[in-house]
Amino acid sequence: MSSRDRILGRIRRAVADGGPDPAVPRDYLRVHGVRTPAETADLLAAHLAEYRARVHRADGDGIAPLLARLLAERGARTVLVPSGLPPRWLAATAVTRVEDRPGANPYELDAVDSVVTGCALAIAETGTIVLDGGPGQGRRRITLIPDHHVCVVRVPEQVVDSVPQALPLLDPRRPLTWISGPSATSDIELDRVEGVHGPRTLEVILLSGPAE
Amino acid sequence: MSGTFMGMPAFPDAAREAVRDPVLRANLRHATHTIRDKRARAVAELADWERLRAAGKAVKDHALRHLDRHLVQLEEAVTAAGGTVHWAADADEANRIVTGLVLATGHREVVKVKSMATQEIGLNEALEAAGIAAYETDLAELIVQLGHDRPSHILVPAIHRNRAEIRDVFTAEMGRWGRPAPEGLGDDPRELAEAARLHLREKFLRAKVGISGANFMVAETGTMVVFESEGNGRMCLTLPETLISVVGIEKVVPTFRDLEIFLQTLPRSSTAERMNPYTTMWTGLGPSRGADGDGPSAFHLVLLDNGRTDTLADEVGRQALRCIRCSACLNVCPVYERAGGHAYGSVYPGPIGAVLSPQLRGTGSAIDASLPYASTLCGACYEVCPVAIDIPEILVHLRERVAQGGPVTLGGVRVRIRPARGHTAERAAMRAARLLLDRPGALRAGERLLARARRLRPRRLPGPGRAWTDGRELPQLPAESFRTWWARERGERA
Ligand code: SF4
Repeated sequence: MSSRDRILGRIRRAVADGGPDPAVPRDYLRVHGVRTPAETADLLAAHLAEYRARVHRADGDGIAPLLARLLAERGARTVLVPSGLPPRWLAATAVTRVEDRPGANPYELDAVDSVVTGCALAIAETGTIVLDGGPGQGRRRITLIPDHHVCVVRVPEQVVDSVPQALPLLDPRRPLTWISGPSATSDIELDRVEGVHGPRTLEVILLSGPAE
Repeated sequence: MSGTFMGMPAFPDAAREAVRDPVLRANLRHATHTIRDKRARAVAELADWERLRAAGKAVKDHALRHLDRHLVQLEEAVTAAGGTVHWAADADEANRIVTGLVLATGHREVVKVKSMATQEIGLNEALEAAGIAAYETDLAELIVQLGHDRPSHILVPAIHRNRAEIRDVFTAEMGRWGRPAPEGLGDDPRELAEAARLHLREKFLRAKVGISGANFMVAETGTMVVFESEGNGRMCLTLPETLISVVGIEKVVPTFRDLEIFLQTLPRSSTAERMNPYTTMWTGLGPSRGADGDGPSAFHLVLLDNGRTDTLADEVGRQALRCIRCSACLNVCPVYERAGGHAYGSVYPGPIGAVLSPQLRGTGSAIDASLPYASTLCGACYEVCPVAIDIPEILVHLRERVAQGGPVTLGGVRVRIRPARGHTAERAAMRAARLLLDRPGALRAGERLLARARRLRPRRLPGPGRAWTDGRELPQLPAESFRTWWARERGERA
């Protein structure tokens, strides 16, 4: 008998007595509070900041100069650019662009200073950005290896209030990365230290106005 | 379970060492109190916490009730998305499968993200025996591995080590495994984290094989979910060419939507955060079947039984399979705070370990027979559990099994175990009791929750277990406080 059959057989015998099989009560809240879109964006900003992400705001005209300034302040010489990132966003910086290529090896990515991406959506209540590899987001490793990640969230259209609002908007077949602040550890005496293996600096730009 | 913990002394003996170690006790106390207060605040933010808790419990119960169907569905979905599913009835089989998969890649080095299932089966030792080096990459696991140590907490496995000890371990050991610790390394957590970053980065960048567990598996979509903080998980899950995930069969949830519950309850319960820094969800090889260069090009899922179906067969004990390993029950447990994680003789310490290990392994050994006694039944663990596992109820049930014998399922076969020799069980009970009684202050935390715990009405303890109850109905701990009751019990006995 294969282990598959053995395990399935054991399960069937184990639950033969019936056991609890409740209907799942879904009476928990879809959202915790009533907010205007502006309040939701403010909450997102506050929660991101609480987990030590740096939050900036820009409109259609301001995004290019802002990104140029952030990269310059960082001292970045190279920036990873995923395909589908609106070219206008990086129009004001002369930092060398590195394309997100399928064949790139991790060592090449490790030599890049910064990465700029968009996102799939952001969740205000938890201070979370979700990437799904869609246009302007790139492969998962490009937001992992460089030490500086700048993520652009379009407000209000990409921001939801809560986790239950977010899931129906996501496609589980795509690789999903949920990011809430820069990487962190509390493994040493439960002292929180920001930045271990992922990008140690996470900057989030809340972009209002037209996307392109 | 892992050979690492074989031959462990019974709980009271192992705990005594910890109780006598002032550094360990100070570390544990600081850590558990810090996190427990933070957790309470994070939970209080959600007005619907109790409803989320009830929903989480129901999702897991439903998943377990139809576990066969959900696993088959999961297998289909993972396979359709380009993954390969393997089934392992026990630890040896799982180790054989994983070792074979790694050897087949031609590589002899793997990076690992913290996984309790692989610790449970002793995978690192099995890999080592096959000439494969396994590198733990979670900071705490790295501390444990470099320190030739054992984990003592689910979430913070090196909770028993303070910063100075960690600095010493890094300085002494890193060079033997790869990049040495920087010259003159200090003991600031920031510096220590930086040393770990540098040490592990070279391993991540060259890694060809990654090994992980998973917090959840979604039956309908085949999606795997890993919650983490440091980014080492993302490294292990996305950079290697081959990814092998070893996951207990009880980790399955029916639908993608079910995650909306646990994405809210797990981070708040475990790290006391609204959300942990990183969560990765992946489904097989993704929409392009691995052709787009995003993530591994081969994915293997090893579904692990290793005593879980035996646990499922026990109608009281099966609720332990709902556990989402948040570790909240450890942080509120007065016994854990004093005894430390090592005393539990298993990768699963604390209250959940006291009910899970004896079920996964049977109560044959001294440690497993004594674990059900490693509790005051104060009920704090039940109060904080995000999937409402009634740990005191299971403890009483297991004590009854140890003391009285009775039917259990072992390796899929229903057998009757004989009662433990009277004096053995009684001795275990009394020594555990003494451990707590000698420091009555340890019970205060639990006491506050007693009013609520009183609604639990587990059965009376017959046989040698009476040492704990002296004929009274356990749950009726009634008018007097737990501590007073204990003191009087001891007085009567002295
Ligand atoms: S038993 Fe409950 S509280 Fe304890 S680790 Fe498991 S889920 Fe968390």
